Amino acid sequence: MSNREKILIVDDEKIVRESLFHWFEEEGYEVDTAEDGEAALRKYENTGFDLLLVDMKMPGMSGLELLSKIKEIDKEAVIILITAFASVPTAIAALKNGAYDYVTKPVDPDELAHLVKKALEQRALKIENLQLKENIEEIIRPDNLIGESYQMKKIYELVQTVAPADTTVMIRGESGTGKELVAKAIHINSKRKYFPIIPVNCGALAESILESELFGHEKGAFTGAQYRRKGKFEMADGGTIFLDEIGSISQKMQIELLRVIETRQFNRVGGNELIKSDFRIIIATNEPLEELVKAGKFREDLYYRLNVFTIIIPPLRERRDDIPLLVNFFLNKFSTAMNKPIKSVSKEAMDFLINYDWPGNVRELENAVERAVVVGKTSSIMVDDLPFHVSSAHVDTEDGAKSLSSIEKKYILKILNENNWNISRSAQVLEIDRVTLYNKINKYSLRKNDY
Amino acid sequence: MDIFIAPVKFSNVQLLKNLASELSRKFSSKINIIDLHIDIDNFLSKERGQYFSTQIIAEAIKLTGEFNGKVILLTEVDIYVPVLTFIFGEAQLNGKHSVVSICRLHEEFYSGESNDQLLLERANKEMLHELGHNYGLVHCLNWDCVMHSSPGIEEVDIKGTSFCRSCASKVEHFKY
Repeated sequence: MSNREKILIVDDEKIVRESLFHWFEEEGYEVDTAEDGEAALRKYENTGFDLLLVDMKMPGMSGLELLSKIKEIDKEAVIILITAFASVPTAIAALKNGAYDYVTKPVDPDELAHLVKKALEQRALKIENLQLKENIEEIIRPDNLIGESYQMKKIYELVQTVAPADTTVMIRGESGTGKELVAKAIHINSKRKYFPIIPVNCGALAESILESELFGHEKGAFTGAQYRRKGKFEMADGGTIFLDEIGSISQKMQIELLRVIETRQFNRVGGNELIKSDFRIIIATNEPLEELVKAGKFREDLYYRLNVFTIIIPPLRERRDDIPLLVNFFLNKFSTAMNKPIKSVSKEAMDFLINYDWPGNVRELENAVERAVVVGKTSSIMVDDLPFHVSSAHVDTEDGAKSLSSIEKKYILKILNENNWNISRSAQVLEIDRVTLYNKINKYSLRKNDY
Repeated sequence: MDIFIAPVKFSNVQLLKNLASELSRKFSSKINIIDLHIDIDNFLSKERGQYFSTQIIAEAIKLTGEFNGKVILLTEVDIYVPVLTFIFGEAQLNGKHSVVSICRLHEEFYSGESNDQLLLERANKEMLHELGHNYGLVHCLNWDCVMHSSPGIEEVDIKGTSFCRSCASKVEHFKY
């Protein structure tokens, strides 16, 4: 999907014109350039542009003169001036004469992108053409949220109901049930869909890191902070922030979070500037928040702020009807990715998958199918390809590792060590190609001296 | 049509191999790592301490004009185009050549902490992104698509790791 607004770059330096031309072209804008004020005026009169980027200092007609002449033709013309640091006072004066804003050379790409986007949005020139509409359809469909069971249909209904409102949503469900996918479905069906959904796994980060992740930090805020960084709340401006494992955040962070939810304002770590952000909050938890509130570990006021609309995702064992659909989806995904001609699942293997209890839910099922595609030798997945012992509900390794990924990691490491880390030979033994093996080594961060 | 990765002032051999491996997983094209022996010292702006990316691409065009495929220059030096403070990469729209710098993709640059896995993910995204421009793609509004605009590192991290269906359909030899 592309922007098709027209931008005119006016600068006497060829190198600047060309650089900006390419940069805006990649952004999807229709771009033209002019080497001086006279040429710019001619082009503006003939074509009309949605936005002009004008250098202040040019031989002949200056940027300021051009600004006045363009404004005589069209009062609503959007003009951004480019200036060297020394000309800032002149640029400020230009704002009074109708310039939209100014940037000083060299400009931060992030700043320029946001400024241009904001300017064009304000002029309300976003034209939704046919291509855009096609893409909206594509975005709206939550591709990998799969299930036709009664329980899942109920969830789709709840998503459709709550998405258009800006309500805070709490998603509950066991680990691996797809809470983030439901959050994403809500986001892409909301008016915020053109802005990002920012996921934050609160449980995975220490308090100090979480604070910097959520609120961002200024340059020099702590050792190693060499560059200013925007936080997740700032990035979620216009969109949605998805806070996973909310039950694990500290009391201090709970207070900070409550403040941000109430004011939609915060400071970056080490900064004084008050940052405003317009975001929707979706949170997820697999912990009993009510009990945490009773035990004094989770603030009651925050709990009530967050507990506005709840969606509960059932564990996979309570919607077994969806298992064949999910299996086929993952089979298609992994056989394509690994270039393996496995197209179906044998009846015995499917029966086994349907009857297994899936303590790790959809995520565990996905891993099981991935593993089966890796080791599968025929065009169908057989029971032996599954990472379980037939008719066994539990899998155990010598040291107690139970998850599929930990078993796969250990097995790959074992084969690599047995083959002295010869990748080709190990890949041959594992019956996967070298690239897939490299990806597994990276995925599990395997190293030669690991045991 | 092949894809050529040409390291220029680039010493991280493991990252190079991993990136080539990631690309070969996503494209049915042959992925080649080549040494172009490009000297980019003349393109260093002493004032800025950065290299002018358009000139790097122009130099590569002289050496690889006859190549049948896309050429991605991969560098560890910081790159820029005039007016902007920095860029992660530059590509010829509907062309053959692009350059990607991993200088500002390093997590140390922002938090002081090294993260090899994150560097691989970011570099992979930016390579795909610039390749996408070579295939004629402009920035996409879908945040799940690697062609989403990413003027800052935060956007690089947020956007998806691959092309959306609409963009993927325009990229030759893209598998999924």
